[in-house]
Formats: sequence, structure tokens, C-alpha cells
Amino acid sequence: MVYLPHTDEERQQMLQAIGVKQIADLFQDVPEKARYPELGLAHPLSEMEIMQELQFLADANLNAYTTPTFLGAGAYRHWVPSVVDDVISRGEFYTAYTPYQPEVSQGTLQAIFEYQSMICDLTGMEVANASHYDGATAAAEAVIHAYNVFRKKRHKFIISPTLNPQYREVIRTYTQGMNLEIVGDEDLTASAADVIDQVDGDTACVILQYPNFLGQLEDLGDLIARVRAKDKKTLVAVAVNPISLGLLKPPGDYGADIVFGEGQPLGLGLNFGGPYLGFYATTKKYMRQIAGRVVGQTNDVDGEIGYVLTLTTREQHIRREKATSNICSNQGLMALAATVYMSALGKQGLHKVAALNYHKAHYAADLIDQLDGYTVLRERPFFNEFIVRCPGTVAEINHFLLNTFEEHEIIGGYDLGQTYPHLENHMLIAVTEMNSRHEIETLAEALAEFPEEDRL
Amino acid sequence: MKEPLIYELSVTGREGVKPPALDVPESDLPQELLRDDLPLPEVSEVDVIRHFHHLSHKNFSVDSVMYPLGSCTMKYNPKVNEVAARLPGFTGIHPMQDEETVQGALYIMHTLQEDIKAIGGFAGVTLQPAAGAHGELTGVLIMRKYHLDRGDTKRDTILIPDSAHGTNPASSSMSGLHVVQLPSDARGNVDLDELRKVANDRVVGLMLTNPNTLGLFDEHVEEIAEIVHGCGGLLYGDGANMNALMGIMRPGDLGIDVMHFNLHKTFSTPHGGGGPGSGPVGVAEHLVDFLPGPIVTIDPALSEEELPYYTLKMPAKSIGRVKSFWGHFGVIVRAYTYIHMLGTAGLRRAAEHAVLNANYMLSRLRDVYPLPYDRICKHEFVLEGHLPDAPDVHALDIAKRLIDYGVHPPTNYFPLIVHEALMIEPTETESKQAMDYYCDVLLKIAEEAKTDPQLLHDAPHETPVRRLDEVKAARKPHLRYEH
Repeated sequence: MVYLPHTDEERQQMLQAIGVKQIADLFQDVPEKARYPELGLAHPLSEMEIMQELQFLADANLNAYTTPTFLGAGAYRHWVPSVVDDVISRGEFYTAYTPYQPEVSQGTLQAIFEYQSMICDLTGMEVANASHYDGATAAAEAVIHAYNVFRKKRHKFIISPTLNPQYREVIRTYTQGMNLEIVGDEDLTASAADVIDQVDGDTACVILQYPNFLGQLEDLGDLIARVRAKDKKTLVAVAVNPISLGLLKPPGDYGADIVFGEGQPLGLGLNFGGPYLGFYATTKKYMRQIAGRVVGQTNDVDGEIGYVLTLTTREQHIRREKATSNICSNQGLMALAATVYMSALGKQGLHKVAALNYHKAHYAADLIDQLDGYTVLRERPFFNEFIVRCPGTVAEINHFLLNTFEEHEIIGGYDLGQTYPHLENHMLIAVTEMNSRHEIETLAEALAEFPEEDRL
Repeated sequence: MKEPLIYELSVTGREGVKPPALDVPESDLPQELLRDDLPLPEVSEVDVIRHFHHLSHKNFSVDSVMYPLGSCTMKYNPKVNEVAARLPGFTGIHPMQDEETVQGALYIMHTLQEDIKAIGGFAGVTLQPAAGAHGELTGVLIMRKYHLDRGDTKRDTILIPDSAHGTNPASSSMSGLHVVQLPSDARGNVDLDELRKVANDRVVGLMLTNPNTLGLFDEHVEEIAEIVHGCGGLLYGDGANMNALMGIMRPGDLGIDVMHFNLHKTFSTPHGGGGPGSGPVGVAEHLVDFLPGPIVTIDPALSEEELPYYTLKMPAKSIGRVKSFWGHFGVIVRAYTYIHMLGTAGLRRAAEHAVLNANYMLSRLRDVYPLPYDRICKHEFVLEGHLPDAPDVHALDIAKRLIDYGVHPPTNYFPLIVHEALMIEPTETESKQAMDYYCDVLLKIAEEAKTDPQLLHDAPHETPVRRLDEVKAARKPHLRYEH
């Protein structure tokens, strides 16, 4: 029996100690008519057989790390240094649970404290929590956080049309029972600046993204100033790509109240969309309404420095229905991975990775912009992702890149028309440090060869 | 031994992992947008590895000790799961790749959806929720939307037994619903008379954890379903304790309309020091259209005989997306591996042994530690950590003293309805020897509580730090390294 240690003799001894004859006697309280259903699951496999099956299934997927890839749109192909997986593969970390007993969880707790510190440093904020599930749920928690800051007296939330469409969806899912007014993205052709005009005395929060979902760097300083000019108390929450902050001035420096985002670029594999990491930071002023776990430094009875979960009076196990959120965990192992990533690259390494992304993306944009039929939209600066107007449908171009162009397989960019109808035939191209010059030039060559007869 | 913060190991100018050199021409940087300083640590790769190894030594974990946290199902995390989830063909897939290029991944998700439907007796499953609490929120939103969709707009109340996890009421209030708490009866079941009093046309549903957090199977589950359904409400199952019932019974067969599962408890995926978990939600036929999505389905138009084509599809009346992309795929692969190695009989045996182990430990401890609800338990049981002849000793002292003996304490002070609760869940993967040691230690501590209570008050003695000042941590929050 897999993973069950008892011998028949031990089982008998245990049943005897309990005072029953057989294991079935322990289930007499389960209604008899429902007992022992036939589940009809597949025949069990040995370790060897399941690994053979899984290897076959893994091989049926196209691996973006070994294929030239220009797809981003919320998840990015970055190099994951070997140290990251080494550390998160340690059983002491991955087989522990939430650090309820701090004396035997100092490893997890100190690592989270370091994670919180690095997220603060990266975002330019004062306080970070131990993480959320991903960038999208962090966005929803930002809305609820702001709602709680205003003691549920302000009901209007303005979300920029350039906020990741999935984040906008999750905000609406989370808040559907809360009677909030979520506005701003009715007209997807609008810019963040346009929708800030709707800020008023009932607006709890404006949610922006920087670089925005379209890759653009909107003028964050100006946007925040506009919000303040409309209403001094309205909070500003900003979603960021953490790698961009290796280079760019962080939202905290512009006066943002909440900074959050998808932490996947910080050393997490693509993993078909998860598990990822929602990082979340705010100011001291708003820390007591923050959701999720928070680790603090304190002392033990001997005066030694140690770490504990703190500010727990906000949380569900104490406050139940009055809690700031229902979250009772964090993405512990993913936060650890991000901490190892930021440590291993450090001050200089993260700056270099960010610069590589910037220069390679701009090189790609310059090449593509010169191609017949393709135009790079450049009304705003960008970091590692940019919009290309294409001479055909993005679906057909991507199909050509993947299946037709010479013997290469290339994973093309994101089809913006799926979520921004006015950007039909526009591709969002992401370039990271993993795209070599050769990959970039091959992409440009392939785009140039997209057949005339398939062009619009 | 004290391990400095990684910031304290920093040396100006030191480099760790080196990124590649730039192989394209430089472009102009937008000077006005650049940051002045990035105050991250400057350490070498060796510094990083040693630092995190030192930190790891300060943790208890399932790989090192028995870790019987009640309601957390800290079973062994099979190593093959880890190898499986790290196959490059899984870790390397971008979530927005053309579906044609990810059929292997979609097959795994589709199969796990089917497996969970079979295990739970449900008609539909979403794998999207990231954790148990996230699954609860999903389930409550589904129930709410079901009523609204039928034009039944006045329902605004969720009924929750007093033994429930704190996430149940928190998830309900996040969904904009009003919570009514139900008392337990003398046998630890939901008090049916009290339930009848509040079951009316305002009820969205009842959230039932079964077995409940006392580790007891609610003997009236069928009556509860009848009463809740009778007033037009839905029955939610909190699947946190499903490890007691895999293959023993299907919640869907007993009238549960919607339930979340915890892949990180029941299906052996690791807890990761707090996450990532995964909280799939199963629903009965009448709720299938409300599931969050997208969900993996078979596209008949693109399927060939014996070769189904998998595609992601949003259910018709979906509550919407609850997170980015499709779910915690890495966790899904691990759970798939586990379920397919155990099969129907293996899952049932696992549940049977989880219950056998809990009852065995209970039989060894019941004469010494007060047992508030004296019944055959399921996968866990709750004792009082307050001994009649040691009035100054509390559950916390007992928990901390266990650490001195090299084992992880049980869950304490939960459920709230038991005075000084100690909630013990050994799981099926613990050997008789490990459980005997744990029981021997608990019995010895009960003696110590009488003869030398100070020993317990001062525990733990040998840990990297001793009891920590949590009041100070909350009053003067120190939440980050100050440069």
C-alpha cells in the first residue's frame, strides 16, 4: 500500500486498543446507503509507470524556455537561477506549514521578514505583507483594503482601462456581493488620465498599472497628482512589473498608497499559470487594514531577536466575519523563491536584468518597426513589452510563426484584439533577457515573410 | 544559533548570480523615469545558499518530525510529486500559449476535474481557486448567484455552525452575506432544533464541515440537507477534512450542493510553509453553469476518434474568474500524480488509516486528557489541554513542551467551542512507533504538569528562540529591515 506503514499485526493491535473489530466499525456514523461508493478511478500506477505517463504528457507540450517566445501579457519567461529551486526544494521549507509555532518556524518567518523588506525596497513602500495568491487577487485585495480604510463609507472604485483585463475581472468577481461601484474601464480606448476625471468625494481608490497592460509607461507622477487634485483622500493603488523596478523609479516614490503586482517574474517558472505570487505593499498609515499574513520582529523571553506572525487581530481566525479578508495563508514557498531570486541577483543583478529587458525590447521594436506592414505604437515609453500593428490577424501571424516559418517554432505575442476590440490586429510583444539577438532577428525575419496573400 | 538577516551579510560591490552580457545595441534610457538606488542586498551565491540553509535548519517540517496539526492534514508529501511537477514540459509552458501546444497540460487538468467529480460525487469542478479559503469564497459566490439567477433576491443569510473554520464566516461576509451562527448539540453535531428555527426563505445556504472540526461525523447530515433544501437553501461542504472520507462516501450523495477540496491536505501536495495550496470546487448539476472559469472541456469539433481535443471554456452563467489564468497548475500535477498512484482502493485505504490512526491515539490519551465529545472520531480528535490536577498549566504550555521532545505541537485553541483545545490529526502516513512516541510524550507531559509545572511554562527550552513577545510585535510593528 502506497505511503501506509502499518503491518497487519500493528493494525490488529491498534484496533484492539480502540476496542473495535475492524476498520469498517469506525465508519458506522456514515449513512449506510452512501458508504463505499465505486469511484471508478483509473487503475493505480507504480512510481515508474506514473513518471512514464507524465513524461509523455509533458513532452506533448511546447516548452517556452526552449522555444523562442515573445508572449508576456502577465506572465514572463525569465531565467530562474539554479539557487532558487535548490532552496525551495528543501523539505524543511516545503513540507512545513504556516508558522503557527514560531519557536520551530524561525526559518520560514525570517525568510518572510526578508521578503517583506525586499518588496518594500523594490516598490518604495513602508510595509509589505507575506503575499497573496497572485497579481489578480492582490488587485482585488487592494479594492477591499481601500474599502476598509474608508470604513466602507466610500463605494466608488476607478480601474484604469489599461489595468490587466484578468485583474479587472477578478476585482469584479470578488466584489460582486459588496454593492460597490467599479468604473473606469467602460471605454477601453481611454487612457488612465481620461478616467481619473471621474474621481470624486465617494471614490475610495484608483487602480493603475505601471507599466500598464499594453506595456506603456504612463506618466505616473502626473496621474497621481491628478487624483490628488480631484480628491486628497482617494487612495492610489498601482500594479507593477517587479523586474521593471530594477530600473524604474518605484510607485512609492511618486506617492502611491498601495503597490502590488504579479511576482512570477521574480524567479518563478511559467508553470502554465501557477502557482504564482501576489506581492503587496502599502504605507504605515494603512497597514492595519491590510489583508493577509504579516511577519514582525520581536524578542523572546531571553531578549533574543525572533520573528512572529503579527497584527493578527485583523484576521479571520480571530475576527471571523469581521476580518479584513478571508485569506488564511500566503504563497509561502513562492515568496521564498522570490526572496532567493532577489538575494541571488541582488542590487546589481536585478538592475542588469531590467536593463537587458529594456534594451532587447527596444532593439526588437526598432527592427519590427522597419518591416513593411508593421508599425510599433510608440506614443509612450515602454519597458519590455510593446504594441505592434500587424498586416494580418494576430491569430494567423502566430500560426505562421509557430507552424510554417522555415523549421523554426516561434511563440508569438499576445493578441490584443481578444480583450481590446479597438486593437484588433495588434500584437503585444514581450522581450526579456532570455531572447537572444538571434531570436529577435529571427522573429523580425519571420514577420517579414508573413505571406502577402494572408495580409489584410 | 543566530542567523543574520541577508541584508546584514551584504558587502558593497559584491555580486551574486551574473546575468548575461548585452548582445544588442543599447537604446536611450528614459532618464527622468529611472530610480536612483535599488537597496537590495549585495551577496555572493555561496552567501545565499548558506544563509537559506541555515534558516531551513530552524524549521520543523513533515520531512523531519511528526507534525499532527489538526485540520491541516500534514501527511507525507511524496517525492515523486515533486519530480513530476518539475518536468520541463510542465514548468516551461506559458499560460497563454496556443491550446494546440498545451494538450498534455490540459489533459491533466481535465482528468483531475473528472477524478474530483468522481471522488466527491459532483457534476462539475473548477480547479481555479488557489487555496481552501479561496474555494470557500468561490462556493459562496456560486450559491449567491444561483439564487439571484432564479430571481430569488431576498436571500442574504449564511448559516454556519459554531465549530466551523474562521474562514467560513469571513468568506461569507466578503460575499456580502449576513452570518448566523448555529450551536452544536451535546454530541458535537449541528443542533437541529436551532437549525429549524433559522431555516427560512432568507437563507442562501449552510456551510457544513463534515467531519467537523471536532473530528466528528455529523450524524444528522441527511436531516440537515433536508432542512436546508426545504427552505430553498443550498448545502455547502467545507472539504478541509475530506481525508477522513475519500472513497468512504461521496459528499454529493448526501445532498452537498457545492464543496471545496484542499489538494494540499487530502491529496498530499506540500503546504510550502503556508502555500501554495489549491482549492478546487465541485458542484451538483444545478450549479455547473455558475462555476468560475475557464474550465477544461473537450471540443468535439476538433477531436478525433480516441484523441480528444481539450479547450478552455467559460461556463454560461459563471460568477467570473477568481484568479489569473487556470489555477495552481504545479499543485494540480502533484495531486494528479498522487491520485493516479493510489487509485480508488488506495484512496479509501488512506482515509481508513487516517481514521484508524486518530482513534488509536485517542484511545491512548483519553484517560488522561479530558475529552469533551466522547465518540468514535474520524481523522482527528480534540482534547482539552487543561488537566484537572494541574490548574495553572494551559494548552499552550503543553504545546510548547512537546517541542522539547522533538515533535510539532497539535493545533491549539481551535475549535473555539472546546476549552483549551488541542486538536490532533496524525494522518495515515504516521507509523505506530511515531504515534506511540507522541502519545508517550503527551502522557509524560501530563505528569510533568503536576510535578513541575514551571518546566512547561518555560518551554520550549532548546529551540533557536524561546517564547516570543507577540504583544510587543503587535504594538510596535517592526515589519522590515531598516537601512
